[in-house]
Formats: sequence, C-alpha cells, structure tokens
Amino acid sequence: MSYDATFRVWRGDAAGGDLQTFTVEVNEGEVVLDVIHRLQATQVGDLAVRWNCKAGKCGSCSAEINGRPRLMCMTRMSTFGEDETVTVTPMRTFPVVRDLVTDVSYNYEKAAQIPAFTPRPREADGSHRMQQVDVERSQEFRKCIECFLCQDTCHVIRDHEENKAVFAGPRFLIRLAELDMHPLDVVDRKHEAQDEFGLGYCNITKCCSEVCPEGIHLTDNGIIPLKERVVDRRYDPLTWLGSKIRRRRPD
Amino acid sequence: MTATAPRRTGAVTPGRGTTETPPRRAAIAARTLRTDRWWLQPLVTVVVLVLFIAYSTVRAFQNAHYFSEPYISPFYSPCITTDCEGDTFPELFTGPSWISPAIYILVIPLGFRLTCYYYRKAYYRSFWQSPPACAVAEPHRRYTGETRLPLLGQNLHRYFFYAGLVFNVILTYDAVLAFRDETGAWGHMGLGTLVLLANAALLWLYSVSCHSCRHIVGGRLNSFSRHPLRYRFWTVVSRLNAHHMKFAWVSLFGVAFADFYVLLLATDTISDLRFF
Repeated sequence: MSYDATFRVWRGDAAGGDLQTFTVEVNEGEVVLDVIHRLQATQVGDLAVRWNCKAGKCGSCSAEINGRPRLMCMTRMSTFGEDETVTVTPMRTFPVVRDLVTDVSYNYEKAAQIPAFTPRPREADGSHRMQQVDVERSQEFRKCIECFLCQDTCHVIRDHEENKAVFAGPRFLIRLAELDMHPLDVVDRKHEAQDEFGLGYCNITKCCSEVCPEGIHLTDNGIIPLKERVVDRRYDPLTWLGSKIRRRRPD
Repeated sequence: MTATAPRRTGAVTPGRGTTETPPRRAAIAARTLRTDRWWLQPLVTVVVLVLFIAYSTVRAFQNAHYFSEPYISPFYSPCITTDCEGDTFPELFTGPSWISPAIYILVIPLGFRLTCYYYRKAYYRSFWQSPPACAVAEPHRRYTGETRLPLLGQNLHRYFFYAGLVFNVILTYDAVLAFRDETGAWGHMGLGTLVLLANAALLWLYSVSCHSCRHIVGGRLNSFSRHPLRYRFWTVVSRLNAHHMKFAWVSLFGVAFADFYVLLLATDTISDLRFF
C-alpha cells in the first residue's frame, strides 16, 4: 500500500531559506521521519535532520509538522490524507543551524542555571528514606525526554525573542517544580522561580501540555502548583503570618 | 545533565545575555502553518462568554424579577439590602434604590472566575489572543505576562476561592429553603428546587476542583506520607481538578439557567412544575 505524497520541507540556514516541494513515496505504517529519510536517500542527499532512536524516547527529531510542534518519529503518516500536503519546518523558537536542525543551546544554558538537587543529610544508617507517595509527583516530570517541543511552542519566547533572557520556559519551570516538591530537597527555589526564571511570564495557556509527547501535565501538575507555592511565599499574608508565628511548619 | 549540574558550573557555555545579536531563526513568513481550524475554539469561547456577560449584566442591573417565592436567583443571592424582594438572607443595610442588590455581591463570583486558572487560559487565548492557539503567532509586540499589575493580581485567586465557598454555602441554603412552599411551609418541591439544587452542586464541584483548593488541601506539602488525611483530600481534589474546565463551563451555564428559570417564574411566563 504505497502512494506518492507531497511534502513541503523548509531548507536553508541562518542566512535564509524557503519551503521546497517534493513528491516522495510513502509506505503503509510509516512515520514522517521515515519519509524524510527517504527524501534524504533518494532526492536531497544533503538534507540536514537530527534524529536518534526513532522510538519517541531520545527527543532529537523535534520539528513542526503542518505547523504543529511534533516528534517526526511519532507522527504517523496515516494521520494525513493521501492528497494532503505535509509541511515540515524546523522549530521556530530556536536559531536554525541548517534545514530541520536547530540550535537548542538556550535550553542547556537555562538548565545549568537551576540550583541543583540538594538533599538533606543522610539518616543515621546512611540511607535516604522516602515514601513512594512523596516522590510520585516529581517522578511525572522525570519522564521528560527534553525534546524541547514545549519550549518551542511557548509563546512567551516563540513570539518574543527578548524574553529568552528572563524566562526559562516550561521545561525548566517543571524542573523547578520537581525539585521544590521533592521530599529530600532542602533548597527553597520559590523566589528564584519568580525572579530569575520568569514564572510570572507564564499565562497558563497550556500549549506546553498540549504538545508534550510524554503526556506530562506540565501546567496542571507543575507550573500551577509552583505558582501557588510562590503565592504562599510572596502574595499571601495569611500564610506568611502563619510561618512567622510558627503555627505552620515549613513543609 | 540537568539533574545534578551545580549552579553556573555546568559544562555549558554561559548565556549570551542581551548584548549580542541573537542567531537567526528559520525565515518563515507565515503566522502559522497549521492547517486545522485553530481559530474555532477561541471564536466559540468569545461568543459564549460575550453572551453570558451580556445576559448577566442586563440581569444584574435590571433589579427586578429575581425572586419568585420560594426561589431566588443566584445573581441576587445573598440579597443584603432592605430593598430586596423575599427574605432569604438578613438585610444588612439600605442602599440607594437605584443600585441593584446584585451589584454588591457579584464581585466575588466574578473575581473567582476572572482569576481562575482555567478561565485565564480561556480568555488569554480568545480575547487577548496571547496566543490565539498553540504555535499561532500572537499579535502583540511586547509580552510581560503576569509579572506586573494588574495581572499580578491573578495571585489573589485563593481569596476569591475562600469567599466563593461562603457563597456556595448561601446558595445551598437557598436551595434548602426552596423545599418550602409559597406560604413558608416545609415539604414542597418543584422543578425550581431541583434547578437551585443542581446549581449549588455544580458550583461546589467547580470550587472544589479549583487549582488553589488542590494546593491548599495538600498540594503545598512535600511529604504526603506524614499527612495521610490531607493526601486523601489532595487525591480526591486532583481527580476532580482534571475536570475543572468542564465544571467551569457547566456551572456557568447552570447559574445562567437558574437565573433564567426564576426570571420566567417571576414574570409569570411559566408556572413551576410542582412535584409535591
């Protein structure tokens, strides 16, 4: 069951580029990355594309397919009609290196700025004990494969390059939430989340949750709880008073 | 790498700051390359919310047809001035007769919904187009989000949540009072009683499923195992929270319908279907 599909692929580099149209064979069961590879093998040998596992686990083949941030390896061709033109472009939020490959180093710079996991001292027997229920919330965020599709779709930096200096993006806001919720961690990152990582820039429009290939509930389980924790610290006089008169344990 | 890199000591080059010209993005002129009807959802949101705002504004300023024994419209409850029709709530003061009693109280439910995490998404996307849909460019030149006034005020959500709970108690009390008949004798039930009960139930579901509620009952804890009861609460609220958007819409329609039903009764357009 093969057919010829029309593909529009963005080709170029930082100096410029455009969408080029190709007709390429598609076989049953294939994904967009398979078709891009066939294109590379048969028509445009110098087409640049980043990929690794082809299983939705390495987060390398992030791109925009028909305008939507997706992993190319997890987008089945069967979701498109045979007469539908499939448009593949690089992620818009990051500087382009060439063709479908972007420079995502912004993300690694932000990652390096986050105060690292700092566990409390070990117990007398040398162990770190915690219950599964305590660490479950943090574990959801550990599913992140760092494909940076959430960063790509977030309008705070997608539409406003200047905000990159003050906003860490959803991937790193959930990293902050993960550490802040961790039962063993002792560092308070709430003020930094607001002041240095731009939590207030997020207007919870949930695009990050919509595009996450791992199905992480970034907004509901990470960013909103983190916003509420910041409210506890900065905008809630009752909670502040409670902590001052020690009726409320700093949990 | 992100797990353990000490602060600013990772094997990654430090940020470029803002002095250097950023490297170029791919040159794509189109605002979006999405081929689906991404504009439909914000459009529907605008239409429905504008209809609700128009209806509720007219009704709030109308200052009439909000009480039909034993039912009171949720837009006018608690009715706290001496001008109020009916006697469902203590009359606290005498306001100017040209000010509708609804005006004194609607700030609470309005504030609760305006600062709600779900409605924020809905109106930022649809009214403010920030962004109109995922991966569709917004039309604004600058964006500061909720970092400054007035949007910094969204952080007051939990106080509107607390006040909203008081309103829920009052509206539930109204629904209980609707088990009395026109003469004040208990043992009555009409379709209006069901409408007020359903309205109160939906408002409870909307309030309890709120993100602030989820945080307050247990989300703020880091050690659930030391607080098993709060963990149970948090688990239940989390389950409800997954449906917060649904409850937000259904309870909005519920309030409007309850008010409309009372309007129809008060203007003698229909008569109440009486069960007993």
